[in-house]
Amino acid sequence: MFEYAMRKAVNAIPILIGVSILVFLLVHLTPGDPARLLAGPEAYEEDIEAIRERLGLNDPLHIQYWRFISNAVRLDFGRSFRTQRPVMQDIRTRFPNTLQMAMVAITWSVIVGVSIGVYAGVRPNSLGDTVSMASALVLVSAPSFWKGLLLMLVFAYWLGWLPASGMGESFFSADGIKRMIMPAITLGTGTAAVMARMTRSSMMEVLNQDYIRTARAKGLGERNVIYRHALKNAMIPVVTLIGLQLGVLLGGAVITEQVFAWPGIGTLVINGINARDYPMVQACILLIAVIFVVVNLLVDLTYSLIDPRIRYN
Amino acid sequence: MNVLVRLSRHRSARIGLFCLLLVFGAAIFAPVLAPEGYDDQNLAMRLQPPSNESPLGTDQLGRQLTSRIIWGAQISLQIAFLATGIGLLIGSALGLVAGYYGGKIDRLIMGFMDVLLAFPGILLALAVVAVLGPGLYNVMIAVGISGIPRFARLVRGSTLSVREKEYIEAQHGLGARDIRILTKHILPNIIGPIVVLATLRVGTSIMQAAGVSFLGLGAQPPLPDWGGMVSQGRHLLRSEWWVGIFPGVAILITVFGFNLLGDGVRDALDPRVRIAKKGDEPREASAEAGRR
Repeated sequence: MFEYAMRKAVNAIPILIGVSILVFLLVHLTPGDPARLLAGPEAYEEDIEAIRERLGLNDPLHIQYWRFISNAVRLDFGRSFRTQRPVMQDIRTRFPNTLQMAMVAITWSVIVGVSIGVYAGVRPNSLGDTVSMASALVLVSAPSFWKGLLLMLVFAYWLGWLPASGMGESFFSADGIKRMIMPAITLGTGTAAVMARMTRSSMMEVLNQDYIRTARAKGLGERNVIYRHALKNAMIPVVTLIGLQLGVLLGGAVITEQVFAWPGIGTLVINGINARDYPMVQACILLIAVIFVVVNLLVDLTYSLIDPRIRYN
Repeated sequence: MNVLVRLSRHRSARIGLFCLLLVFGAAIFAPVLAPEGYDDQNLAMRLQPPSNESPLGTDQLGRQLTSRIIWGAQISLQIAFLATGIGLLIGSALGLVAGYYGGKIDRLIMGFMDVLLAFPGILLALAVVAVLGPGLYNVMIAVGISGIPRFARLVRGSTLSVREKEYIEAQHGLGARDIRILTKHILPNIIGPIVVLATLRVGTSIMQAAGVSFLGLGAQPPLPDWGGMVSQGRHLLRSEWWVGIFPGVAILITVFGFNLLGDGVRDALDPRVRIAKKGDEPREASAEAGRR
């Protein structure tokens, strides 16, 4: 197992390097001069040159990359062009908020998605199956920002049950939980729907296997067959999906945060793109991509723990 | 059985096609169907709720939402097809080359694809928009680029399985050039999964492009881009909800249509799936389970 884990970890390194090169090139591929942007429209040529020198923009590209990556591993992404504060200072305060929302979203969506998937998978073509899968497809097809606005309209404006936007002082307070409900539902519905569809088809496949017939033939109760024999095996592809979906959720959080004025990393990305605040955009995108790669690595390892056949292939 | 016949018998595909017929009809016949131009303003009629005169209401500039949504179908479908086309063409070409030649070329191309896949789709699209700047065509390119690695991965896998077949070996023996083998013999044999992915990808492209537009980085006003329209309506949600909600319904119908059609195409191309004729019993669970 250790050898397998090490091999997987080593495989992730070139990907991480590639990701860092792409993120680094973001500034250099963009038309326009970052130094001029930073100096402002009325700056003298000497000032722009001084900024260029200070940022090291006159150095060859590979030296700039080396500086970028060696700073990045120390979590130093420089100062924001917009606020002049160290980029990591903003990310440190905002990132936990995004993570909190993503974790709540993935937790509820896995629980609900898998439950619906199991329900539908053991009753294929029943009314419940048809209704739940049709709803799942509708939810997958609806853009998340629109689902968020719809929730806001109904639960905040029409019924007045939940606050429309913003984040509470603390998640562990009644207000914090209330404010979390709509963003987490918005962010997680797509995942729950995908999860339900995947669990259903995985469940149907497993329920047709010989060992399930054997389990039934030896007189095991249906509940035992489904939960002890079928579900465990049906969960193998679902675990992979959880990892992939966590990345999707972190990306999707960019949009959900805009809908609910949630002070997370997504807001930083959008403000960064609008203001051409490259250090901020680079840091946020790199962070999300690295988390995505690491989560997928962990999923691969979990996958091999659940299904030992993978390690030996 | 002919794939088209199987597709026409597929219930989901039929519903999907119906949804898409509405959207394509709106896009093609927009000049006839839309009561007004997409930017015809009438400030005296601003923010009117849905009524007989304005079936879906009007926006803050007094423009008919019905007209803007109908005209918007053209933009959405343009984005959908161009973005998917970019991913399809570049991704398939890269996947074919990687799978066919193998070795270093394969490792290089697929390594790069793995790097692109390390970014969540919408984030990659945003990163590209950050480089290119906002705008309708830049969004298409951005969304297209985020689709490239998906097509490349699929096509590479399919190419790998086909390139060892005897009929490819025969072509080598006959002295056929690589480009001929790739385009005339490998591509036609792996077209099925590509079509399925492309159909499903159209929906994703529309959704991603709408997301980028919602963030204000897509098609710029006054173009009637659905994502942008939802974004403009969100500040009016409390009192004039129709401005932001109806364009979202249009996105939903379109993506729903493509997703259903994609499911149908997948089933129609998979001989293991039994598609019921009229009056038949519903599909066997085992047949459906086998395909996923």
